[in-house]
Amino acid sequence: MTALLEIRKLEAAYGRVVALKGIDLDVKAGEIVTLIGANGAGKSTLMMTIFGYPRARAGTIRFDGRDITAMPAHEIAKLHIAQSPEGRRIFSRMTVFENLQMGASISDPQHFDDNIARIFALFPRLKERINQRGGTLSGGEQQMLAIGRALMSRPRLLLLDEPSLGLAPLLAKQIFKAIRTLNEQDGLAVFLVEQNAFHALKLAHRGYVMVNGAITLSGSGEDLLKRPEVRAAYLEGGH
Amino acid sequence: MTDAATPSPPRFAFGAALKSAALSAVVALGLFGLMVGIRTETGPTGSLIYWTRFGDVALLVAAVFLGRFLRVLAFGDGPIRLQRLVPARWQEASAGGERFARLMPGRNLGGIFSIALLGFALVAPILFFNNRYALDLGILVLTYVMLGWGLNIVVGLAGLLDLGYVAFYAVGAYSYALLAQNFDLSFWVCLPLAGILAAFWGLILGFPVLRLRGDYLAIVTLAFGEIIRIVLLNWQNVTGGPNGISSIPRPSFFGIPFNNDDDGFAAVFGLDYSATHRIVFLFYLILMLALLTNWVTLRLRRLPIGRAWEALREDEIACRSLGINTTNTKLTAFAIGAMFGGFAGAFFATRQGFISPESFSFVESALILAIVVLGGMGSQLGVAIAAIVTIGGFELFREFAAYRMLVFGGAMVLIMVWRPRGLIGTRTPSVFLKQRKAIAGALVGEGRG
Repeated sequence: MTALLEIRKLEAAYGRVVALKGIDLDVKAGEIVTLIGANGAGKSTLMMTIFGYPRARAGTIRFDGRDITAMPAHEIAKLHIAQSPEGRRIFSRMTVFENLQMGASISDPQHFDDNIARIFALFPRLKERINQRGGTLSGGEQQMLAIGRALMSRPRLLLLDEPSLGLAPLLAKQIFKAIRTLNEQDGLAVFLVEQNAFHALKLAHRGYVMVNGAITLSGSGEDLLKRPEVRAAYLEGGH
Repeated sequence: MTDAATPSPPRFAFGAALKSAALSAVVALGLFGLMVGIRTETGPTGSLIYWTRFGDVALLVAAVFLGRFLRVLAFGDGPIRLQRLVPARWQEASAGGERFARLMPGRNLGGIFSIALLGFALVAPILFFNNRYALDLGILVLTYVMLGWGLNIVVGLAGLLDLGYVAFYAVGAYSYALLAQNFDLSFWVCLPLAGILAAFWGLILGFPVLRLRGDYLAIVTLAFGEIIRIVLLNWQNVTGGPNGISSIPRPSFFGIPFNNDDDGFAAVFGLDYSATHRIVFLFYLILMLALLTNWVTLRLRRLPIGRAWEALREDEIACRSLGINTTNTKLTAFAIGAMFGGFAGAFFATRQGFISPESFSFVESALILAIVVLGGMGSQLGVAIAAIVTIGGFELFREFAAYRMLVFGGAMVLIMVWRPRGLIGTRTPSVFLKQRKAIAGALVGEGRG
């Protein structure tokens, strides 16, 4: 079976600084895939390059068999790939409801009520805060909103960039739990970029390790957790 | 506890205040010594003549010394808190207003005030029928209200800082003047054409600046405004250059001219002829144009395009990843904002009867932008109030002549200190859900599925 997202020999650069040096990566349907790596390894760049900004310099990105390497970002989103970019990036002066409305820009208005109900079932806190401005939410609530907003488009693939960033451990756990629920209930494929390696790998079916713009290791999540080089670099070394 | 609740101002010693005041006086002497102390002018023979005004310098320095002395004595050296300047009673009153507004989200104070303002605008020509000055001022204010609302689409909603908005105003004005003079078209035909042409120029500005934001965008739009003005100034055989275009046709009441002839407005409607009829007509015309701008903006805010504008203002990257075409979103904002600028320009040309590039200098752009920022970016009512205050204030302080700008600048600084987000800084959500109804319904939907 071919993968839902298929990345081959992908290269990207900011000016003369090469950020991605030939990445090969797959996300299959119904799978949670985690990418871990240190600061500046190029994780977020990969995430952004999938969405066409910065453009790939070489290599291909295919989604569901279709070449999306040169597509404009808004066309990519229409294929039902959703992204919750780094730093949440919610619309802070707009209310929770308006934020969710923006997420539904590309989806059929007929499903709007269904979608919003699903998101409120997943994150009841958002329902309580429906008329509150995005900027006044707590960090955890903002992350919930960012994920909820991405889900409003009924994605087939969800790209999450560091959803646990800056969250208290308990809240991070809640977010990871929600990701698992989405994956198990709806079979949503998730591509997760994380620094919180332990939780992310425990959650993932498969994982990749990125160092300096290249993939150095890959394997099942459990497998990677046991690897001594992963343990040394990402699990015991940091904290 | 009580100390923390009501911090008493740190009392500065007499000596410290004196020292601080002396220091300020020295700085003032350095500044004013040359700026005010020596006055230069070109003499009758072309040579430079100068004379000194040390008396004025002494007065200014004394004023600075005294002011600083009293300020340090009363408030200390640090920043002055608003709480200490505004009496507690006032603060409570304004808080009460906000509480009231929260209690009634549908019909809040702003809504009531808007209706009152609109009602006043509608009856103003009747109230001031014999006061030509008031009517002219009203027309001027309404023109700026409309320009403010038009620019608000670009700056307030879409968050694209445009310092060259006056270019579209100029395009509209010259479009009307040239079309009316050369092709003998009536105002009502020219008005939409002027809007379309201005929108077209909005697109032309929009394309090259698609990738720019913030400061860089501001510089390019500033340059664009100047380019348009300089082209108008130098394209002698079309625009008349610095002489401008005069005897631009006056508007007619759907074909009936406002004159003293037998087929004039007064004769047709059986009224005594009065020159004010045309002024009143112009007043209502600009009021309708401004209201059209407002209505379109309010409608668009509820539509996907308007929401996309606001989302773009908040975060461009997030917009892109949600499938919003940021190119189209920016271009429509530029084009629609420019279109209303063009309408206002056409109106300006027909009201003045004479236009020249002088009317479309950068100061106009800055004034319109000031109105939008003072009003609170994105707030329709705020922009209207700011236009009234700014333009009205300008008139009010006319007798101060050269100091008018000083008063204006001072007022602006004060408003920005007290209300850093503009007069009406809170953004009204485009949808406000009554929690029970709307969401319960959505959850019932889930139960079914």
